[in-house]
Amino acid sequence: MQTFLSIDYPIWWFLVVGAVFTGYAILDGFDLGAGALHLFFRKEESRRIALNAIGPVWDGNEVWLVIGGGALFAGFPEVYATIFSAFYIPFMLFLTVLILRAIAIEFRSKEKMLWWRKTWDITYSAASILISLLLGIVLGNVMQGIPINKDFEYEGGFFNLLNPYALITGVTVLALFMMHGATYLIMKTEKRLHTKLIILAKNTSRFFVISYVTLTMATLIYLPQTADKFRANPYLFIVPVLTILTIINTRRLLEKGVYFKAFLSSALTSALLLITVTINLFPNIVLSTIDPAFNITIYNGSSSQKSLGIMLTIAAIGVPLVAAYTTFVFWTFRGKVKIDDSSY
Amino acid sequence: MDVETLSRIQFAFTISFHYIYPPLSIGLGVMLVFMEGMYVKTGLKIYETMTRFWIKIFALIFGIGVATGIVMEFEFGTNWATYSRYVGDIFGSALAAEGIFAFALESGFLGLLLFGWNRVSTKVHFFSTIMVALGSMFSAIWIVVANSWQQTPAGFHIVGEGIKARAEVTDFWAMVFNPSSVDRLSHVLVAAFLAGSFLVLSVHAYYLYRNRHVEISKKAFKMALIVATVSGLLQLVTGHHSANGVAVNQPAKLAAFEGHYDSLKAGDMYLFGKVNQEKQTVSGLKIPGGLSFLLHNDFTTPVKGLNAFPVNDRPKHVNAIFQVYHIMVAIGMIIIGLTLFAVFLWWRGKLFSYKWLLLVFSFSVLLPQLGNQVGWFSAEMGRQPWVVYGLLRTSDALSKSVKAEQVLFSLILFAFIYSVLFVLFIYLLNKKIQHGFDEIADEDIPDYSKRNNPILK
Repeated sequence: MQTFLSIDYPIWWFLVVGAVFTGYAILDGFDLGAGALHLFFRKEESRRIALNAIGPVWDGNEVWLVIGGGALFAGFPEVYATIFSAFYIPFMLFLTVLILRAIAIEFRSKEKMLWWRKTWDITYSAASILISLLLGIVLGNVMQGIPINKDFEYEGGFFNLLNPYALITGVTVLALFMMHGATYLIMKTEKRLHTKLIILAKNTSRFFVISYVTLTMATLIYLPQTADKFRANPYLFIVPVLTILTIINTRRLLEKGVYFKAFLSSALTSALLLITVTINLFPNIVLSTIDPAFNITIYNGSSSQKSLGIMLTIAAIGVPLVAAYTTFVFWTFRGKVKIDDSSY
Repeated sequence: MDVETLSRIQFAFTISFHYIYPPLSIGLGVMLVFMEGMYVKTGLKIYETMTRFWIKIFALIFGIGVATGIVMEFEFGTNWATYSRYVGDIFGSALAAEGIFAFALESGFLGLLLFGWNRVSTKVHFFSTIMVALGSMFSAIWIVVANSWQQTPAGFHIVGEGIKARAEVTDFWAMVFNPSSVDRLSHVLVAAFLAGSFLVLSVHAYYLYRNRHVEISKKAFKMALIVATVSGLLQLVTGHHSANGVAVNQPAKLAAFEGHYDSLKAGDMYLFGKVNQEKQTVSGLKIPGGLSFLLHNDFTTPVKGLNAFPVNDRPKHVNAIFQVYHIMVAIGMIIIGLTLFAVFLWWRGKLFSYKWLLLVFSFSVLLPQLGNQVGWFSAEMGRQPWVVYGLLRTSDALSKSVKAEQVLFSLILFAFIYSVLFVLFIYLLNKKIQHGFDEIADEDIPDYSKRNNPILK
């Protein structure tokens, strides 16, 4: 097997896919969180400011999902095919609400009628909430494993996917995004809206802490085997410890009024949570609840060495470029939101 | 209905709907580069107004293109899992490259294009416009390469057997430059230029017809006419090349295009007609031996017909393929005729003298749109019964775990949401066009929005 820096290609690609999805959770995470909080803003002006805070960047952020889907398809076609066909209905609902969010953002400010704006405001907020929940539900099921047979074909139905553990994961993801979105909006707003968001950020971070603790307990009850991995490799405990520290840190920074750092800290929380998931799964990606022998791992589910080599080259050239101009765009639109004639 | 039929209807429906938008973004992207280029060069206010108007329309089109495009990426996995497993090794790298190089480029700079007018300098904004235009063309490259590989697979070998069979890449560049890539990519890109330039032509022809925004519309109409005329003529070349390629690589498809069954006979070329699939005859207006001449420069050379292929290995709906193909060719000819006629009038100094011509141009946007749709239907229906030509049948490519009622549910969902989307799109596009150009007076712009804002410098 070919290696680079003595790490083999499937592991490298696993890291790439993980990094892209983490990027998506952090970037679109604050868009979705801002959307979920949208109806808390009462005044028309506040809503427009909140919408335009994500205006120039949400489209670019959503692209991370497209890259993630492509990266999964490219590197782990078995995983892509199995998961997407198994979660048929959730993904179709997900696509529907993703489209609804896009058109709500696009169309909301195009007409002045009150009913028009109200309809799209509700659509936008509901879609953002549902997207977060559905992402969490899929994540919760991936953590538990799904009934797949020896040909990696799914043998369950739709309602198998709506189990308590997956729902708790869904709520946790929503809470995380809401906290993250509120912290982002604090940086982009002024005056009374700004004050309101500071309160919202504190409340949502409380909501997140409660769901995180619930999820952790649920994991120990529903998936006791996850503890084995940590028992076998005690140094891994550093990840959950760090997670708790970043959560405390986010709240501390919010109190201190250092909002950019608070935002970075809540981004770090998202990353650490996904790293925890990754540790639990590795080297598997899809766990079979029928027989562990049918698990899809990074080795039996990956593309050929040749193909992975090509894609790693593409990623090595492309990712720094993406990072460079994404940074440039964020830098251009830094600071407080100003509504002008090109705004939403 | 069974899973296969439903999945095919869903895919055809979602891709057709999606395909309204990307060609418009690609073509409009090119038009924006020209318009803003003129602004950067001349510094005239009229070009600024023109560019900013079209940027708003671009935004509307682009947004829907992205939203409906994500559906396509997901559908390979949800509905065509066996296909995804089979081609993942090959198709995946093209898709990953699209995501990283093309999609990220256009979406990243889109923010600057739409919202950056007052935030960055003229040159940086122009650069963003070029990047968005390039990005949208790059995404066409990777997606057409992937589709071309399905038409003419190359640079791969098959690993495993039966349901575990997979295509694996052996030569990346042979895969990228497979026999039909260049022909099909040029045909698709030029068609996109037509879609974009005709939208500009139509809107400005409408203004001229109504005597609104006359000065700006004359300028924009001429710019778009140049792009449309050059693209129309280029399309003749790329179309001819593509047809020759199809004759070599997918003879069954070409035979279906002309309803040609008998391999011992010379191939005829029809202007229009109808295929009788049972009697294996075509009735219509034809150039006898025209197909033979096109391929071999000789009116009598026999052309391989449909009967040379087993019934299971050739497309079933020959008449439908015949029709979509001929509509595409006819539209191409109308476009060339219309644009050349307009250029002739321009040369005579009478371009805007005829009201009826302006009215024709107001509706002409439908031509490339319809042409793009039937073009893809020709390419995809002509490939049947294969999803990967000669290797994987469409009926074998489905997701085994997905049931018919699930697909029916999602199909109804898409039908509903795309209808809403389309109505809103037309409504807002029409509103934008009726509203026309904003003549913004300088004092109306708040200070922080002005380009020479000292804070931003």
